[in-house]
Amino acid sequence: MEAPVPSKGVSRNSYRTFAIVWALLLLFPVAAPNNFILNLGIAWFISLALAGSLNLLMGYAGQISLSHAAFYGLGAYASGVLSAKFGVSPWLGLCAALALTGIAAFLIGWPSLKLRGHYLAMATLGFNVIMSVLFVELRGLTGGPNGLVNVPSLSLFGYEIGADIRFYLFAWLVVGLMLLLILNLLDSRMGRALRALSTSELAAKANGINVHAVKLGVFVLSAMMAGVAGFLFVHLNNFASPETFDFAASVMLLVVVALGGTGTYWGPFLGALLHVALPEALRAFSDFEILVYGVSLVLVLLFFPGGLSGAFSQLRRLGRRRSAP
Amino acid sequence: MDGSQILQLVLSGLVTGSIYALVALGFTVIFKSTDAINFAQGEWVMAGGMIGAFLHVSFGLAPLLLVPIATAIVALLGLVSERLAIHPLRGPTPMMLTLITIAVAITTRAAIMLTLGKAPAGLPSFSGTENIVIAGATVQPQALWVFGITLLVMIGTHVFFQRSLLGRAMRAAAADREAAGLVGINVGRMAMWSFVIAAAIGAIAGLIITPLTLTSVNVGLMLGFKGFSAAMLGGLGNLHGALLGGLVLGLLESLSAGLLSSQFKDAVAFVVLLIVLFVKPAGLLGRASTERA
Repeated sequence: MEAPVPSKGVSRNSYRTFAIVWALLLLFPVAAPNNFILNLGIAWFISLALAGSLNLLMGYAGQISLSHAAFYGLGAYASGVLSAKFGVSPWLGLCAALALTGIAAFLIGWPSLKLRGHYLAMATLGFNVIMSVLFVELRGLTGGPNGLVNVPSLSLFGYEIGADIRFYLFAWLVVGLMLLLILNLLDSRMGRALRALSTSELAAKANGINVHAVKLGVFVLSAMMAGVAGFLFVHLNNFASPETFDFAASVMLLVVVALGGTGTYWGPFLGALLHVALPEALRAFSDFEILVYGVSLVLVLLFFPGGLSGAFSQLRRLGRRRSAP
Repeated sequence: MDGSQILQLVLSGLVTGSIYALVALGFTVIFKSTDAINFAQGEWVMAGGMIGAFLHVSFGLAPLLLVPIATAIVALLGLVSERLAIHPLRGPTPMMLTLITIAVAITTRAAIMLTLGKAPAGLPSFSGTENIVIAGATVQPQALWVFGITLLVMIGTHVFFQRSLLGRAMRAAAADREAAGLVGINVGRMAMWSFVIAAAIGAIAGLIITPLTLTSVNVGLMLGFKGFSAAMLGGLGNLHGALLGGLVLGLLESLSAGLLSSQFKDAVAFVVLLIVLFVKPAGLLGRASTERA
């Protein structure tokens, strides 16, 4: 008898599919007709890093974070301020971004993840508000509401990574490594622990899983990944402004994960695609944009509770049933 | 800083606090029946104010007359949202419900923006414009309306949940869905009523604060998360906690703005709030039954 395949599990297939998808993405710059489209590709990588890391927390640890954008911003401002105001190398800035986001997430997660319920949601909401206030009001460092300007671009071995195909390849590499890390994690002991506790915390605890430590670990990791996304963002645009990282942006990221499919590995790929493409596609609707957005979100959640990736597997199952006698 | 200035800060803190308390009350009502964080709560506050202002400008309705009409319209909005977006959901989980309330919030905001516009809107004070002076602090008459109506809504909600058949049925459904179903309560219908009530409470909050602060389509998100914070501070799921949480949050903001720094008032208020939650996770009035994970 074959062991039942867990729905959220990771198989060897996933690695193969990932390798193919990621290799195909190398062709995108060749196909992209201009720099604008290429930059949408880079935006997709960043959005994917954010959605993928948030999904780890939402989909697998079953917790809502309302400050993913704040970690994104903390990463962006940490590296941005250090390099723009103090002339520190962005690579050291990346270390600072990782350290700051990790420590902040640990301090918030430690007390609030001990409790069941909406405590992480509340604590992260508070954190996002506090960070937004700091981004705006620490004018001397952050440039205040006008934003942080003159952030240097990245350079590697004296070779500048400008906002074109060079940055595309860099983001391809960095985000690819992050997603591989997520895939590996889901395939590991930690991943199995996560899946166990998303089914039943009590059963997971009875099997010797330290629920608190696992949740905290995932939260810290997802925050640090958002920090890396912020690092990419700030050195790509040479600029950061507070509203990119506010509470509304955090809520939007929840929406992106939900649209793609919570708790599925491929969900964030689709969610990030919508995140980047929808505003462009809906531009023609001008003021109706938000209405279309809201209504389609209701429809997706109602008819495809597993998001778009869930919709695809629903369709695939339907097709298989048809073809089977 | 002398006594009258502090009194002034306390009074303005209590006004905003009353509004936060009402928003928190709306959160609590829906949280009790569905376990979801309702992101649309703030949008209903905004909708109340915007619709009220529209009725005033277009039909010249007196403020006190338009309050029940605007409240009824927003309550209907809550009803429609629940029937169209929440009720059809198969196998609802709190996470799923929470996400769908985000969609409801976005849709509500868009609908108001498209019909009533993006411009800020206001309402005249419900009665009189002459300020009252108490011990050197000035009080606008509208502030008294805010206190009075908040108190009325609080008492009304309390009586409704304790005494009325519907209110008690809703509490039963919140306490144990299956048992409530067994004694003949239509549990799905109870969730619908919680949306209607929460929307109505939100609308009232929006209507009474608009004469003091103006309103616009963008205020919903901010009011919503302040209300959620107040609800958590008081103890999520606790009606009295909502009142206390709202007033404490309002006072914290106003006092930190006046005594420490107006730029950092939100940050100060939330730092205090997080400390309270970490020390006493069940909230100020919550019972100690919070599950340890």
